[in-house]
Amino acid sequence: MTVRRDREDDDLIYDDLTYDDNDRDPGRDRNNRELMVTVYIFLFLFVSLILYFAYFVQFRAPKQIVSSYNMRQKNLENSVIRGTIYSDNKEVLAREALKDGAEIRNYPYASLFAHVVGFSTYGNYGLEKTANIELLTSNAPVDERLGKEMAGVRNTGDDIYTSLNISLQKTAYDVLANYRGAAIVMEAKTGRILAMVSKPDFDPNTVSENWAKITENEDEAALVNRCTAGLYPPGSTFKTVTLLEYLREHDLDGSDYAYSCNGSFVKDDSRIECYHGSVHGTVDLLRSYAKSCNCSFANIGAMLDIPRFEDTADSLLFGRALPVESDYKRSSFALNSSSDTDEILQTSIGQGKTLMTPMHLALITQAIANDGEMMRATLIDRQENYLGTVIREQKPSVYRRVMKEDEAKMLKSYMLDVVSEGTGKKLQSPYYTAAGKTGSAEYGSEKGKSHAWFTGFSQTGSPDIVVTIIIEKAGSGGDYAVPAAKRIFDAYYGVSAGGF
Amino acid sequence: MSDAVVGLSRYLLTIFAIFYTFHCYVVFIFKSEEERTPFYVIQNILMVMTHVLGFYVLSERSGNTDLLFICAFQEVMFFAVLILYRMLYPEASRLITNNICFLLSISFVILTRLSYSRSIRQFVVVVISLILTLVIPFVISRLEYLLKKYTLYYGVAGVLILLAMMTLGTVTNGSKITLSIGGVTFQPSEFVKVLFVFFLAGMLSDESFIDEETGRPDRNRIIATVLISALHILILVMCKDLGAAMIFFVVALFTIYAALKKPLILAGGAAAFGLSAFAGYRLFSHVRVRVAAWRDPFADIEGKGYQLSQSLFAIGTGSWAGMGLLMGSPDKIPVVEADFIFSAISEEMGCLFALCLILICLSNFLMFMNISMSIGDEYFRVISLGLAVNYGFQVFLTIGGVTKFIPLTGVTLPLLSFGGTSVMSTLIMFAIIQGLYIIKKGS
Repeated sequence: MTVRRDREDDDLIYDDLTYDDNDRDPGRDRNNRELMVTVYIFLFLFVSLILYFAYFVQFRAPKQIVSSYNMRQKNLENSVIRGTIYSDNKEVLAREALKDGAEIRNYPYASLFAHVVGFSTYGNYGLEKTANIELLTSNAPVDERLGKEMAGVRNTGDDIYTSLNISLQKTAYDVLANYRGAAIVMEAKTGRILAMVSKPDFDPNTVSENWAKITENEDEAALVNRCTAGLYPPGSTFKTVTLLEYLREHDLDGSDYAYSCNGSFVKDDSRIECYHGSVHGTVDLLRSYAKSCNCSFANIGAMLDIPRFEDTADSLLFGRALPVESDYKRSSFALNSSSDTDEILQTSIGQGKTLMTPMHLALITQAIANDGEMMRATLIDRQENYLGTVIREQKPSVYRRVMKEDEAKMLKSYMLDVVSEGTGKKLQSPYYTAAGKTGSAEYGSEKGKSHAWFTGFSQTGSPDIVVTIIIEKAGSGGDYAVPAAKRIFDAYYGVSAGGF
Repeated sequence: MSDAVVGLSRYLLTIFAIFYTFHCYVVFIFKSEEERTPFYVIQNILMVMTHVLGFYVLSERSGNTDLLFICAFQEVMFFAVLILYRMLYPEASRLITNNICFLLSISFVILTRLSYSRSIRQFVVVVISLILTLVIPFVISRLEYLLKKYTLYYGVAGVLILLAMMTLGTVTNGSKITLSIGGVTFQPSEFVKVLFVFFLAGMLSDESFIDEETGRPDRNRIIATVLISALHILILVMCKDLGAAMIFFVVALFTIYAALKKPLILAGGAAAFGLSAFAGYRLFSHVRVRVAAWRDPFADIEGKGYQLSQSLFAIGTGSWAGMGLLMGSPDKIPVVEADFIFSAISEEMGCLFALCLILICLSNFLMFMNISMSIGDEYFRVISLGLAVNYGFQVFLTIGGVTKFIPLTGVTLPLLSFGGTSVMSTLIMFAIIQGLYIIKKGS
């Protein structure tokens, strides 16, 4: 840029380097400089608009249009036959079929995959909702598609290959038996979901006929996928978070901690008792966790720096979006600097206002097993056209690191101790090493009744799978959830369940 | 065979549009009209093919063969326009005439798909407007003296008309933007836009604008220009017609900048724009509602965000190829025929087609600016600049708004949206541009 005096007055005119006085009529060029600036400004506006528009159509819109408010998804069915959903070994989970000459959606496994695969017959739900656009998009060969469009015939939609494993799903389904509850099995290294069961369930084949019946009992909430949308008090499984916060405040060194448990802990009129009146005696940090000593953890909670505790909960995605494909509810962590003692003590042992979904707990467990890196939880492995050509493959991807590697390793050692010494002893097996945390979450005002929780993982050298399970109103986690998890772990390793 | 054409129509229409758009820019490469002629003829053929195919698909899919008659009438109109312009104004820009016809033909196709009766109304207004505006190039190119004589009156008239709208107008969609006289309802601001450009041009380009002795622009004149412009904008803001207010502001800003040649004016204008946007946000709840809906339309999807989320669903579900005419649900978007016509086109004719429309609108803007740069006369230079900025910014506002690039301002897409006043005032502007083009060629 050169600065030049113009018209003998004091106004400075900024001139372009390419400007050449001798070459063109100077008066005219001076006139047009402002016009060129105007052209460039508008070109900038239009190019931005076009780039944004292209970006929106290509990348952002596909995520938005699966919304259940987008009634236009139905329009796609006029030109495409809905694709098929498969399990990990190519068994059909959902397909188009003919019944009495009419086209219907058929779910061969009926209620087994009710929530996770969902349905497309009465609105969309589950995978049928998440993958709706893919199922209604045909990536058949171009000549075939054009030929069918010319003939006015519908094209065949793409197929979805999931990571769901039928035998693990069956085992998870069976262990919940007639209880209400949820069970998730996830690969520890990849975040691929192998099984996801919620009870009570329904038959997706007849969901539109039985809609009124399925939805009439609000308490039962059969339509809710409890894995992702069931908000439960985490009970003692939350002690992992409290423990992490304590370790963070003590440079990952818990060796100085000691507490003498006499069955109850009292501070400022608030009283915490151990489960079913247990007395744990003198406990260090490892034993407090392994034995799930409420009093000791209330004692720890009372010492914590609450704003930092909030940060830790935040880093573990409490109140935040989760890296899952399906609809879900956000967990909540209710502590803040103005919380009273009772709320602090209750929260430290996973009671109080803290609520979380089994999926969230599974993700945190997965991150611990995976040295602190949380993976995106996925159900869809790939999308293929109906001829088997891969259209889109979903590679496992790290969502974010939620804790440092040494923090994860330390939590892992605590979780291993739960199985070797504490409330998860029933998980000991010669075929694999299990680790985890039990929980007996009290609900409502009734004392002594609880949901049975277990969350943990198994490893043979390196971590294999994460199992998170909640059995509503069953009793203690150690008595009910642990044996259930054991059957799932055994099924994964092909071990016949001895004790059952 | 006919089924095949209907089945493939969404691809064919996109291909036609891509070729048409390509020729809009190819003609800029060639200097002489003789070299450009074959491309203009190809554009005319593509326009006819697009229009006829669109109507054919509509009549096949709806089973209403009357539509083919409407199509034929419209073709007659297009041929009449093309031939009349060739005869009366051989010097006029054929690209501009072609673009007018192409955009109108798309408008007729999509409006007929959305509402038969409205498309007929639009057709009638377009025919009347085209006839009326036929004299404009003549007036512009011959009667410069007369035009300049009433400069101040344009500004005063503009203010008075807008005041009338503010006091006597009726409220539509929360803004007071329409006026009814003798049973005819129209949007006065659309016409005031044209007056406003003439006002600015007269004020900023007069021989007496630059003081002979000092060589500086006349200070009083600048103050008068700014004040009267501000008055226009203020009234529009009070009528809650924020889109029009923004357009007037931007037009005044760029013309004053071009006249005074000070980069500081643009910077100051941008700052004033930012400040008043912020003030508007704090002061008016309707601005806050728009901004909230823009930031996350899905947060209140059944209420304030309904319109925008429907628009985004339409564009997204249609995707690049579109659903095909009559295969989507554009009617789910409130006021789809007017402000959201772009979303309807995207949904059924495809986003690639819609992208072509953006490029065609951009080529119009560049053509206007090209005239402004090469026309010798200062007065006409400002007019074409004013019209270019007016057109370009309006296109940007409306498309940016319905795609959630910027907050919604509720303005129409020139030549494409339903709305008699909008299409008539746009045709007036394009006719003025044709007059200027003729002058440019003469000079």
